[in-house]
Amino acid sequence: MSRIAAVFGKLRSQRRSALIPFVVAGDPDLETSLKIVQALSSEGADLIELGVPFSDPIADGPVNQRAAQRALAAGVSLADILGLVRKARADVHQPIVLLSYYNPILQYGLTRFCGEATSAGVDGVVIPDLPPDESEELMAAARSSGLDVIFLLAPTSTSGRIDAVTERASGFIYCVSLTGVTGVRDRLPDDIRDLVQRIKARTPLPVCVGFGISTPE
Amino acid sequence: MTTVRVRQVQQKGRFGKYGGRYVPETLMPALEELETAYERYGADQEFQAELSDYLEQYCGRPTPLYHARRLTDTLGGARVYIKREDLLHTGAHKINNTLGQVLLAHRMGKRRVIAETGAGQHGVATATAAAMFGLECAVYMGTEDMARQELNVFRMRLLGASVIPVESGTKTLKDAINEAMRDWVTNVRTTFYVIGSVVGPHPYPSMVRDLQSIIGREARAQFLHETGRLPDCLVACVGGGSNAMGLFYPFKDDAGVRMVGVEAGGHGISSGQHAATLVAGAPGVLHGAYSYLLQDSGGQVHATHSVSAGLDYPGVGPEHSYFKDSGRAEYFSVTDQEALEGFRLLARTEGIIPALEPAHAIAYLRILAPTFRADQSIILGLSGRGDKDVQHASRLLAP
Repeated sequence: MSRIAAVFGKLRSQRRSALIPFVVAGDPDLETSLKIVQALSSEGADLIELGVPFSDPIADGPVNQRAAQRALAAGVSLADILGLVRKARADVHQPIVLLSYYNPILQYGLTRFCGEATSAGVDGVVIPDLPPDESEELMAAARSSGLDVIFLLAPTSTSGRIDAVTERASGFIYCVSLTGVTGVRDRLPDDIRDLVQRIKARTPLPVCVGFGISTPE
Repeated sequence: MTTVRVRQVQQKGRFGKYGGRYVPETLMPALEELETAYERYGADQEFQAELSDYLEQYCGRPTPLYHARRLTDTLGGARVYIKREDLLHTGAHKINNTLGQVLLAHRMGKRRVIAETGAGQHGVATATAAAMFGLECAVYMGTEDMARQELNVFRMRLLGASVIPVESGTKTLKDAINEAMRDWVTNVRTTFYVIGSVVGPHPYPSMVRDLQSIIGREARAQFLHETGRLPDCLVACVGGGSNAMGLFYPFKDDAGVRMVGVEAGGHGISSGQHAATLVAGAPGVLHGAYSYLLQDSGGQVHATHSVSAGLDYPGVGPEHSYFKDSGRAEYFSVTDQEALEGFRLLARTEGIIPALEPAHAIAYLRILAPTFRADQSIILGLSGRGDKDVQHASRLLAP
């Protein structure tokens, strides 16, 4: 069983929600990121999401944009981030998921990325600008190395889109709580429960509500 | 009578391996809705008649195809004809596209349109169409571009649009598109995103190409009518590539017609400070499409440079990438300095002050025209007029 499936299995049996903190890797530098990941792990995170910086993060708000710009200014690359995960694995046992835009992964090479990420100890990848419709090549590489590809659904998603995502998703479903870019919200909108119910009717996978906050399901 | 026809989009918005739809899931339903609406109204005679009427009565189509005799004599070689998109309402070809998209937004019941702009021409054209249809309009523009295109910022505000300064990243067109996409992700239910070039996720590259193809359809018919044959070559500048695609596309099956796109070489390709995506880039994903891209080996998008804000963009329309790989079109670049010489050349030989964007195509004509015989012809796509650039150019050009 994958680390992700094991964590959600345990959470379900304890009737507990997942706490999934997010940090941009390399902001302000890799050593600090390693310390943050270790601290999140020892403070009880259930799963750790690590952001790969990109020059043009179209789904991110100003806080994450600035973090990505700082990391890029520090010269952090995708290879560096895989190295960070490899180091963190000495004492971090929670699942680690990378959140990256598609182009850095595409230029790294899809097969190379999936292979090296898995051997470094990455459990899954979330790619905000890669809808399932464009994911065939990545899915093939991810399947053969055992990497989960986690797709997003949004309040705007029609049942056709929910089907397109749930047919291909693995790990869990990332449910975007609002239309909008990333950033912490005060509260969840009312229609989110309905969306989660619509998704759960179509897939046995866990559903996480995110983009700033994580809640039960 | 002018008409805009819609061609069937093959293979889900792919041009060979290029194109596609690489966007956040939040936008997928909006793109599906847009595709459906575009297919419906593209085939709707009433919609097409209304658009044609606006293009004629409001924008001034058809634009002339002008035989530039003094430019021809100065260059030596091919006879040069100029397709005068600079004479259109608002001063550039951009209005062909924005009128079509804003009319579509209106039919879809959207009350708000947004746009990105580099040189400001697309922003002005969107604000113009929005004013005419009474829609709310917001235009995203990098602060560096706002400084070099002050006049267009004023025009947009005068037309009732709000111009939203973009401070992130390189503060130019690329970041204005990022910001417009963030707005669209947030306000997708009420807002129509009017993209200004043949870039972005499907169906934009096909839709913008179809709306701009009026340039090439007119030019082809006008040239045939005047000479009884087809031209030997077409030349146009390429930033995102909408005016070049609009001119090229109706000729794409005319095998004897060469197509030449001219990109912004900035301070020179070897300087690394340029925007010559097809000349010097490699395929990658930006702003929703797989296409040539100026990027580093890690897939981070490069900052670009061009004297012309409208060409200062690290991506290019996916169909141009397809034309490059298939050899159907050729792409070259000229430097800022050469473009400024082209700017002055057209002013002095023909009494036409071009925008700095097509000044790149004029500059390349100096190399291209002498390679043809005097009985051969080239059509130059003059995408816009130079009023917006006069102030900027006056600081760069010795009189």
